[in-house]
Amino acid sequence: MAKKILVVEDEATLQKALIEVLEQAEYEVASALDGERGWELAVEEKPDLILLDIILPKMDGFEVLRNLKGNPETAKIPIIILTNLSDLNDIQKALDLGANTYLVKADFHLEDVLRKIEQTLTN
Amino acid sequence: MSIKIVDGLGFKECREYNLGVWQCPSFLFIVMGAINIASILTTYFIVQRYDSPELVIVSVSAISIFIFALGTSIIQGIQQMVTINSLRTEFVSIASHQLKAPLSGMRWSCDILCSPKTGPLNDKQREYLCDVQDNVARMLRLVNDLLDVTRIEAGKMAMDKQDVKLDKIAKDVINGLNSFAKANNTELFLDVQGEVRTVKTDSTRIKTVIENFIDNAIKYIGNKRGTVRILLEDKNGKIYCRVQDNGIGIPEADQKKIFDKFFRGKEIARKQTIGTGLGLYIAKAAIENSGGEIGFNSEEGKGSEFWFSLPAAESL
Repeated sequence: MAKKILVVEDEATLQKALIEVLEQAEYEVASALDGERGWELAVEEKPDLILLDIILPKMDGFEVLRNLKGNPETAKIPIIILTNLSDLNDIQKALDLGANTYLVKADFHLEDVLRKIEQTLTN
Repeated sequence: MSIKIVDGLGFKECREYNLGVWQCPSFLFIVMGAINIASILTTYFIVQRYDSPELVIVSVSAISIFIFALGTSIIQGIQQMVTINSLRTEFVSIASHQLKAPLSGMRWSCDILCSPKTGPLNDKQREYLCDVQDNVARMLRLVNDLLDVTRIEAGKMAMDKQDVKLDKIAKDVINGLNSFAKANNTELFLDVQGEVRTVKTDSTRIKTVIENFIDNAIKYIGNKRGTVRILLEDKNGKIYCRVQDNGIGIPEADQKKIFDKFFRGKEIARKQTIGTGLGLYIAKAAIENSGGEIGFNSEEGKGSEFWFSLPAAESL
């Protein structure tokens, strides 16, 4: 069965590209354009993995992360932070809150992102 | 000569920051010094001549008030300089961050266009798409460099320090740059002297430093058969990495400024527009952040050697 991935990304172009490449790689994809909707979808859809941006409208990525880890139903879902914030403080904060991987968007091609997703899913 | 003295006093900074004479701390300090001397002499003169303690008190109080006012002016001037400087840093930081999102969008859109799963492209389309990708990569490098500069200036450079094997990194860098070297009629040699211990630093950053050294050596090789030797050695508790070339060397006038922000050699700036002059500035900050040293020797017409050393992570 195809693994399900939730994409929480507010930038429409980036979201579109992510969905496209994930569908090409035969994942099932759910997506949200803001943090609040992302959090709701995580609970409803129980995805196998979440790609989470940090700067998001309504609820930022850190808060979504905190909520996800605080809820027993979603606490175990692996989370890849995919953002353009690259300060050490932000990276440390996300990892402390329980994110599995932290990727800076601008430093990665889509195939690298796909590879990280595969790695995270097999671990 | 006189201009040099004036610059040394910091007036240039005041001009750069657009501060008036009475806001310029360097000028006000000189005024304050002059007033101090004058007032000591005046007070001495009053004491000698009139023998009146009241007059001395009045004179000293007047001078104190004046100096206090000057001091306030100086502090305001300094504060203004600090504010302008931090605004400038903040501006670069915000602009760079804002550029990252659209650039990521371009990169990812090209990725999808290039993917065979999206559909076939003809050679021309592929060629131009690669050009777009290269240019996006260049812009992202610039944006990342600028962000690094703002972080270095704020004393917050991001370094993920781990145990790093320099010989492995040097090999990777050489493999990556071999074709660029060949295209410039230059050969790269790696010379590892004995066992080289690990160092504690950020592997991505140190890779960039070595890349930068070799890339510069190739770029400044001149019109001859070039040889670039990368030498690694473990000496006196430090690991040295030296990149030696037989290129055009650095003119003496440029040698002092080589690690300055935005500095680029005149020769190269005339021939190539690519390059920002940030590479060595960031390299210096990265090496110093890991407790190491960085430097170079160069003779115009004969070649250059750029080196850095980092303390060995493990003891023998």
